[in-house]
Amino acid sequence: MAERYSSFTPGGTAWLLQRVTAVFLIFALAFHFFLLHFVEHAWEIDFAGTQARMQDVGYFITMILFLITATFHGVNGVYNALLNQGLSGTPRKVVLALLVLASLALIGQGIWVAIEMRGGLIL
Amino acid sequence: MSQSYNRGLIEDFGRWKEFSAGMWAWIFHKFTGWVLIGYLFTHIAVLSSALAGPEAYTDTLQGLEALFVVRVLEVGLLAVAVFHMMNGIRLLMVDLGIGLDAQDKTFYLSLIVTGAIAVASVPTFMTDVGF
Repeated sequence: MAERYSSFTPGGTAWLLQRVTAVFLIFALAFHFFLLHFVEHAWEIDFAGTQARMQDVGYFITMILFLITATFHGVNGVYNALLNQGLSGTPRKVVLALLVLASLALIGQGIWVAIEMRGGLIL
Repeated sequence: MSQSYNRGLIEDFGRWKEFSAGMWAWIFHKFTGWVLIGYLFTHIAVLSSALAGPEAYTDTLQGLEALFVVRVLEVGLLAVAVFHMMNGIRLLMVDLGIGLDAQDKTFYLSLIVTGAIAVASVPTFMTDVGF
């Protein structure tokens, strides 16, 4: 079987970035789920525990990178799925602008929350 | 830049009985991707309770975790995430030209691993929650 189904055209920039972020996200998502559901437990999470994790600079940077790559990977996936369904012309430009704005808002909000959890950017 | 192209049968969901394993993998990957990006926005919204202070954050998270339905949704989220990761690894292998002759088998393997991990996680996710 050599069929290939994808929303992306192989070789393009969107395709390449989707693959690069995917490799990072496989590890980041597995780490996030494992730590916060199986090592720690979600029902026991409180602000003090979250703050202690966020005050580790390596963890803090990993979570920021996780947020940025996950947002890009998800929104790039949605956009290319819509292109694949035939989105074009002005609607395509409007959708792209809305997705970029939503992404920037999500990343900005997430970084603000992460800094608040950490208790400041520089400790 | 990606461009739309004709994929024949895949456009016609009414003919789902004729879909191959590769088509199902693509459809499941899309569906789980939409769920995950939707959840990411929700997740940041919930975590934003930290902006209202430590107590608001702890109360919000522990209040949600006290709900049975939230625990069930978490198992579902884990299943969605595991499938997307397993099938994502499969797609990376396909793009690298590895295992092209076993695409259908690796799709079934992704489903089996997803099911096994989801079932095995139930006792952990359902700890200390009332029905």
